[in-house]
Order: sequence, then structure tokens, then C-alpha cells
Amino acid sequence: MTSLPTHTDRKLGLVIDLDTCVGCHACVIACKGWNTEHYGAPLSDQNPYGEAPSGTFLNRVHSYEVLPDSGEAQVFHLPKSCLHCEDAPCVTVCPTGASYKRVEDGIVLVHEDDCIGCGLCAWACPYGAREMDAAERVMKKCTLCVDRIYNENLSIEDREPACVRTCPAGARHFGDFADPDSNVSALISERGGIDLMAEQETRPVNKYLPPRTKDHFDEQIDVLAPLLVPVAREPEGFMRWLDGALGKLDGRSVRET
Amino acid sequence: MPQPRVDLSPHVSDEVRKTTCYMCACRCGIDVHLKAGKVAYIEGNRDHPVNRGVLCAKGSAGIMQINSPARLRSPLRRIGPRGSGEFQEISWDEALALAVSWLAPIRETAPKKLAFMTGRDQSQSFTSFWAEKFGTPNYAAHGGFCSVNMAAAGIYTMGGSFWEFGQPDWDHTKLLVLIGVAEDHDSNPIKIGLSKLKARNARVIAINPIRTGYNAIADDWISVTPGTDGLLILSVVHCLLQAGKIDLNYLSRFTNGPCLLNSDPKSDGFGLLLRDDDDKLLVIDRRTGQPCPFDRKGILPDLAGELRDQEIVHQSVFSVLVEKYLSDCYSPAAVAERCGIPAARIRALAGELARVAFDCSIEIKQRWTDFRGDRHESMIGRPVSFHAMRGISAHANGFQTCRAIHLLQILLGTVEVPGGFRFKPPYPKPAEIHPKPHSRSQRDCSLNGPHLGFVHGPEDLALADDGFPARVDKAFSWENPLSVHGLLHMVISNAHAGDPYAIDTLFLYMSNMAWNSSMNTPSVIEMLTDTDANGEYVIPRIIYSDAFSSEMVAYADLILPDTTYLERHDCISLLDRPISEADRAADAIRWPVVEPDREVRGFQTVLIQLANRLKLPGFVTADGEPLYRDYADYMVYHQRKPGIGPLAGWRCSEVNEGEDENATRGGRGKPNPKQLDEYVKNGGFWQTLIPPVAQYYKPWNVDYQKWAVDLGLYDSPQPYLFNLYLEPLRRFQLAAEGYGDRQPPAALREQIKSKFDPFPIWYGATDEHTAAEFPIAALTQRPMAMYHSWGTQNAWLRQIHSQNPLYLPLSLMRELDLTDGDWVRVTSSHGEITVSVTGMAALNANTVWTWNAIGKRKGAWALQPEASETRKGFLLNHLIHELLPAKGDGLRWANSDPITGQAAWFDLRVKIEKAEHRSEARPTFSVMKSPVGLGPSELKWTSDK
Repeated sequence: MTSLPTHTDRKLGLVIDLDTCVGCHACVIACKGWNTEHYGAPLSDQNPYGEAPSGTFLNRVHSYEVLPDSGEAQVFHLPKSCLHCEDAPCVTVCPTGASYKRVEDGIVLVHEDDCIGCGLCAWACPYGAREMDAAERVMKKCTLCVDRIYNENLSIEDREPACVRTCPAGARHFGDFADPDSNVSALISERGGIDLMAEQETRPVNKYLPPRTKDHFDEQIDVLAPLLVPVAREPEGFMRWLDGALGKLDGRSVRET
Repeated sequence: MPQPRVDLSPHVSDEVRKTTCYMCACRCGIDVHLKAGKVAYIEGNRDHPVNRGVLCAKGSAGIMQINSPARLRSPLRRIGPRGSGEFQEISWDEALALAVSWLAPIRETAPKKLAFMTGRDQSQSFTSFWAEKFGTPNYAAHGGFCSVNMAAAGIYTMGGSFWEFGQPDWDHTKLLVLIGVAEDHDSNPIKIGLSKLKARNARVIAINPIRTGYNAIADDWISVTPGTDGLLILSVVHCLLQAGKIDLNYLSRFTNGPCLLNSDPKSDGFGLLLRDDDDKLLVIDRRTGQPCPFDRKGILPDLAGELRDQEIVHQSVFSVLVEKYLSDCYSPAAVAERCGIPAARIRALAGELARVAFDCSIEIKQRWTDFRGDRHESMIGRPVSFHAMRGISAHANGFQTCRAIHLLQILLGTVEVPGGFRFKPPYPKPAEIHPKPHSRSQRDCSLNGPHLGFVHGPEDLALADDGFPARVDKAFSWENPLSVHGLLHMVISNAHAGDPYAIDTLFLYMSNMAWNSSMNTPSVIEMLTDTDANGEYVIPRIIYSDAFSSEMVAYADLILPDTTYLERHDCISLLDRPISEADRAADAIRWPVVEPDREVRGFQTVLIQLANRLKLPGFVTADGEPLYRDYADYMVYHQRKPGIGPLAGWRCSEVNEGEDENATRGGRGKPNPKQLDEYVKNGGFWQTLIPPVAQYYKPWNVDYQKWAVDLGLYDSPQPYLFNLYLEPLRRFQLAAEGYGDRQPPAALREQIKSKFDPFPIWYGATDEHTAAEFPIAALTQRPMAMYHSWGTQNAWLRQIHSQNPLYLPLSLMRELDLTDGDWVRVTSSHGEITVSVTGMAALNANTVWTWNAIGKRKGAWALQPEASETRKGFLLNHLIHELLPAKGDGLRWANSDPITGQAAWFDLRVKIEKAEHRSEARPTFSVMKSPVGLGPSELKWTSDK
């Protein structure tokens, strides 16, 4: 069994904005592309051109419908990858020490040379965030792009996870939750960041921003009603109103030259 | 235990080459990372004006496209029957010689016997030039079955439309209304824009029968019944007029609202606008009460003007408009049931538009001068913006519905103002300065001008001397006079029927007409394989170019294999539909970031090679010597007119003595041999910012007009008025009423009289009988992670969407006693399919839908025969006919918008019944032999591991 660090200097992770995510899967594929080329074994695909294709992905998007007690049905997209939990059960269950949480930044990684492919960690993770690569028989998971965020071969602005760099909707944010002044700390404090399945007591580092409340039309009708007080109901009346309105308009906001 | 050592700075790649994506039509900039000469990783180009560094799923998955097993590898000549997939590989010399042996006799005898249609082509200014020089009138791309209603209505009404023509002012808008968007065009820019709105708590309202994607994150969802959007919008117009919540200043200065309309029903010119002897539109000046040309300095055009001219009363366009839309037939109560939206909510929508437009207006402290010489101290903005695309467009009432949206935008004063909707150069561009259609075809000659254009009355129609349509697709005929993009979807059907005439060779590019790009797929397949009494194919020859083994490949006689997008030159040109943003002009190139490893050639280069062999004018000198070696050569050296070429960046300046001979400039200039090197150095694109004084009010802003002329977008300043009233439609109505020399066929008179209203109207697309028998609307939309048929061969993308259920509203699921995974029979007036279903709550109660183009034919796209796409995937196309059900008059009535010919995909109505469980969707099709073999069973792909 493997132990967790009692303290990490930084707590790097993601804020994912469920109010903004349109479910486009850009993060899924950018992740697949980067991690096929980097960190450990490539991400393989089985039956890629046949029935029921399947492959290894470190990040997937799930879509849900929600039916509120009243009002319109809603749709949400939930991107999900390793949440780099502070009490990560996937680490403590690892029989070889291959799974570990980094002391310096809290990133949970698999050291693939030590992974025996037993799959205990995937079983222990309540989020289903780890995937066994069927070709390599090695456990794969989000590395928070540990090979990008410190990579001196990349420009400083590119030192962020591939999913964050690519997200067209700006729904993904990367930063240090241990720093109260960081971008991610500010976001979760402003918008009320939440833990995914907090009852699992894994203390995830990644946070989600909840969707803002929607569908206010029916409650605002009264507020807007005065805006639509008729100036006229008949064309003749409208033209009289128009003549008056145009009279007030003459010369407004215009200076002749 | 010590922590393992992690290499935190691994080698990323050997080289980054920057080019333009082609995984959809967005044309984002991409950074292609190479390792050992192979593509290793693709990400967004941070400097690129379209995507600013981000990239969608399709873009990042490009690596699986260029390694797709479905890539064609060599020219092919058909040896089995059409549709069998039996081909023989031939050399390029043989392929070109064969094509020329078919094309040369056509050009020498009757060039119109060639129909050249280019699908999802991004090089239309080039491919149309080729067709023009060949001399055939039969050229079009895919706009006619995509969104021509949107493009045509936008350009006719206000000189530009959505997507490639314009965009919301993302940085200032406070309210965005998304209407009927099919979640594709524009992919990344809309997502970037939405994130800007979200970041500052701006509101998004979605009007869409389906709540997915962008609609899912909208603050409010209005689940309109399909096909009724126009009625909903006109009801909003009704509310705003009643309340006087319209921008009178804007309407008076910048629209034809003050123009004077002949209002005497007994006069010949009833409904035409009054002009002076110089053909200038006349308005009444409020200051003097006198009529004067609309553009005279210092006038204040009167929206309520009236004039008696030679005993004929002329009323202002605006006063007629007011009378029309104040009618009770547009009241929320009158339209609520039909639209499926409660009247109170329609009023609330109108109220919110009014509140944001008029109570939250914004002002940019920037002086500007309009075309009348009036100086404005600042730029006033009404921060309401709109975006709409195919969902609005693909109905038989789509043109008028698109017009209605633009009418609403204009009444609110939200076009080309801060916070509103902004055009992207070369737009705004009024219909009057676009070409008119040309169709005069003679043996051994070029066509008399560009094929596609804008008609302004019956005199501009593309009719032959006998009065019949000059084009095989019947574009610009009485059946659909404003068909500005042509009608790709009618070519095969008309050519097969010999109506208006038969053709000899069908030459297609990137257009999967034997599958998802045709309505009525099974019948189209029959037409492609039908033979005459002599056993010859009714469409005698088919040439096809595609990069991949699509369904259409099997039906061609000669295949000219294209490269993938990373192996080719392309230009995204200002002569076409470029990548400009609202604040800048921009164009871009593609260039071969990797070389093809197969016997394939870029299609545009192949066209040049064919043109050189055919010795087409424009491609060879008087002596018959080639002007261009390949497409790259054309991109640099071709000049459409002096100084104007396909690419605007880094053109050579006219150099005076003593000046730098290497000086370059954007816009007008001589060809620069080093132009493509400059593009490559700059990341594959060129851009130039519009100066602050010219950023808004572009159609009327003298500084924008000067800037556009200087850049070569216009030849002279082109200020114009927005068309609340669309006079060209009235000219067609007049013809239908019996006026003029060019008269429509009797059978079309009524349609033209009733549908060609010069003010936006709404009419139902489905008659009551059909609506009663087929009560459910059926729609398709394209997933954000797939583009047309292309995505299925992509090992990564097809793991996201490899089958498509039919989504049913929960009420219908209950009514039919269905659970997810059950099967239903879906029947339209034309056909029947059997497919599996999934229930969905966030869906209009009278609507079902599915993802577009997931279903595939067995044997296509190098997929294994048991692939889910071929068994569970399906197309709604089988239910949609390109013609309406026969009316008993012997005529072929197209299932399209009578104004533009836009294919009315979204008018599909069905009935649904529970069916037995099945293992495969119906109809099933026979297996085609794959000309490229099948894909592997495992992928352990990396560039270097």
C-alpha cells in the first residue's frame, strides 16, 4: 500500500465551469493527442474502425438532462478527469507504489515502470477517472500535463494543461488552489466552486463551478411589461406618435458641417 | 520511498509548421508539430484571428484524418458496374488523358453538357473561374442545400449575413439571441464569444426546438416549433412597433424606410420605389418637406413622408411597414399556439430586446462621418446581437424568415453598431455590386461572365432563348429566381430526368451525393446507376475528386484522388469567403506541411493541369503555354483585375526610383514571387486592422468606405441603405401579375404573387392534410465533434459519435410506450426508416431529431462491415424527397424555398410507430467493395514511439 504526503507545497488543479461548457469534446481530444505523444505509454485504441470502438482517454465529457420541479428541462455537460484528490484512495490502494501524489504540487501520477496493471486503483477511484490501456496493460490517468506545465521547451504561456489551452469556451482554468490569490481560488470563491461527490470524502483538488440559474422569462414578464406599453394600437395612431417622435429627433446627435 | 523522477521538460517536437485547419469550415489557424518529419500533435495557433489558440475536437483530431485508412491512394478507373466499388488503379497521366478525352469534345460542341459541382469547396473563386473558362453554365458549390437562404436574405437585406459575413460584437454585446443554430458554423469563434459573454454575465437567449450545446448554456430557452421562427419574430416586431421601441434615428438615416413607395394599386409601378432621373432613390427631407435623393448632404429623411407624383400617391416604406406589422395577425396571442410559445413569453422576449437595446445602450467616444457628410460625435450602440444559421435557413419559408430576423435587427438599430452585429470584410457589400448571374454558353468559348450572382428582376434570370432554364439545376429560373448559390441538390435529379436537358459528364468535388449530401438517397443512387434502352448510363460519365473513400466514390467512372488538408496548397481568399473578423481583414493559406506519401494531387492543381491540356483561356497564353504550373503558382500570379489577386498579403508596391524594391503592402499590388514564403513566416495568414474611426457603421462610414477602396474590396465607395422593403421581389410579383415582357409560366404565377412579398412574411411550409397525417417535425443537427461524413473515418472522433439514435420528446416516448433502445418506424410522405430511439426532455414536444451524417454505407470510409455507423447509424435523408409529392399537374415541384431554391431539409414531417427490435436500422444497402481496403483492428499510433 502506498502512503499520501501529509502536506503538499502547492495544490495544482483545474476549475471547470459547468455554466460555460458546451460539451464540445475539444478537451477530450487535445488530451488524447498530447498524451499519445507524451508521458509514458501512448493511448491505444481497440477496434478503431470496427464495431464498438474503444480507446484510452484521460478525460471524457458526460452529458446529463435535468428536469427541474418547474420550468424547462436543462442539459449539462460534465467533463471528468482525475481530480487529484488530497485523500486519493487510488494511491493508498496501490500495492507497488506506482501511484503516488507529488509532494511539490499534489499531482497524482502513475509511475508506469512500477505499475503491474492490477487495476486496484481504478476500482478504488469513485470517479472512474483511471483507465487501463488495453494494449500496454498499464494504468493511465490525467497527469495535469505535468510534462507541459514545467516544460522549458514550451513558451511560458503554453505551460498549462492541453485541455485548458484548447478549450474554446474558456470553461477550464488551471492554477494553484493553495494560493488564495490565484486565478482558480478567486473563481471558486466568486462563483461558489463545488466538490464533485463530496460525500466520498476524497477531498478533490479540482473544483466545478455550478451552472447559473436559468429560464427566468416567466418571472420577469411583469417587470418588462411597462417597456411595452403601446404608443398606439392602430397604424393611424402610430403615425401620429411617429410624427411627434421624429420631431424630437431632428438634429439630435448630429452636427452639420 | 523517494518519489520517481519525472522528465518535466521532454522534447516537444522538432518543428512547428503553421497552416489552416480543414476539419470543418471554420478555417482556424493550427500549429502542426512534427517529429522526424511526421505529424505528432496539432494545436491552435495563438496568433490566429479566427481561433486565438483554441481548437475544437475535430481540429485536434486532424492527426487521425491524415493517417486515415480511408485515404485514396491513386487515380482509379471504374471496372465494375457503378456502385460496386470495383476499380483499377491508373497513373495520373492516364487519368488526366482520360478526363481530357471526355471533356475536350464537350467543350468543342456543347460546354453546358458538363455539370461541374464542387461541394464543400473552399476555393470557389478558383473553381468557378475554371468552370467559366470551360464555358459551362452549370457550376455551383454546396450553398444551395446548406444555408443559401441565410446568405441571400442577408445580402439582399443588408449587404451581409451571419457566420462568414458577420458576427456579434462579442466584446460589447449585452444580449445574444441564438436562433435555430445547428451548432456548427461558426465553431470556435462562437464558443470564444459565448465565453466572453459568460465572463461578464451577459445574457444568452436560445430559440431552438432542441436544447443542446450552445442552447444548453443559454440563460433562457424558447423551444419554438420548427418552421415557425419567422412568425415568432414578426410577432416580436409587432410588439416593438406597438410600443414604439424602435430606433427611429437609425431607420431614418440608414434604411429605405423613408423611401417612397408607389401606393396606387391601379398604376403600372405599384409597389416600386420612386427614383429621380439619375435613378437615385427619393426621400422626403423633414427640414424642407421636399423630395430629394436619399444621399443628399444635410437632409433628414422623413420616415413618415408622403408624396403625390403625377397623380400617384407614394407613401414611405416605413408607414406601409407599420400598417402591415401592427395587424392583429401578428399579435402574440394570434401566433402563440402555432409557434408553441405562450403569448406572455413572446412579449417578454420583445420586452427584453427593447430593454437592452434602448435602456442599456452604449456609446464609444469616437467621432465618425456618414455618407451624407453628417458628423457624429460618438458611436451609439444598441447591444443586442443575433446569430442564426441552418435551422432557420433550411425551410421553404427560410428566405422570408431570415429576412424577418434582419428586419428585427434593423428596427432595433443593432446592425453595425457597438454591441450589435458587425460585418466582416469584404462585407458589407450590397447585392447591387455583386455580379449578376451569367449563363450564355457557346461552343469552344468561355461563359459570358461569372455563374453565380444576384438578380434584381426578371431581366436578370438565367433563361435560354426558348425561355427555359439555362442551367441544369434551374438556378435563376422562375422556379427559384434568387438562387444565388445554385442548386447542387437538383443536379442529379434534373440531369436524370432530362429536365431542362440531359448532360454528358457530371464532375463533382468533395460532395457525397450518393449518401448524406443528397435528399432522397436511395433514389439518387438509382439515378446514378440507371441505364437507357441501349444499356448506357443515363448520366453517361461521372468524374469525382475526393481525398477519402466516401460513398460517392463507388458511383464515379474516374476518381481523381485529392490530398488531405496538411498536404496541399489552398488560399482562403478575400475574393471568396475569407477569415476576416469584424475589426480586420484577413486571409490565409494552406501549404504542404507534410508531403503526400501516395499518388494523390491537390484537386485545384489537377484542375490547372486539365485546363492546360484543354488550353482553356485564362489558364494558357495566346500560344497555348501554361500560365500556372500548379495551384500555388496560381495563388501568387493570378490577377482577377490589375493588382487584385487571390491573396491580399505581401503584394509588391509600385516602386519609385530610390525606394525599397522589396517593399510590400496588403490589398492592391503586383504579384510577389515571395508571397507564399511571407505567409508561411507569418503563421499562414495575413491581416490588417480597420482603423478605429472605421470600425462601426461600415455601410455608411466614409472612412470605412475609403479604407475598403484602398484595400481593393470596392472599386469606389459604395454607401447604401438597408432594405426593409426588398424591391426586387416586387419586380417578380409584377411579372406574375402580368406586367413586362418576361413572364413566368402560368403554373408559377400564384406562388410568386403570394410568396415574393417585398416585406418579410411567414407562411407554413406544410399543408394541413400533410400536417395531420405526419404530425411530428424531424430535424438533424451536426455534432460539434464531427463534420459531415468526414468524422467517421477518424479513430478518435468516432469514439464520441459512432451511432445516432432518434431523439424523441418524453411525452411521445410515453404515448408510444417506448424506452431507450426501442425501435420505431418513421414514415414521411416519401419513405420509411426503422431506427432505435432515446428519450429527451429538453426538446420541443412536436419534434424528433438525430445527429447528421453518422450513418454510413457498408464498405465506405474503410470501416469494418460491422461498424456501428453502418448498422445502427442512419440518415433522415431517406425520408426527404428533392421534389414535393406530385400535385397531379404533371409538374416537378421542388422541395425547396420558392425564392432561393434552398433545399427544405427541415420541413420534414413524419409519423412514428413502435416497431419490433432489430439488429440493424432500415433501409439496408448492399456492401460496396472498398477501393482502399479496411482499417486495422488496433491502433497504437504515435509518431515516434
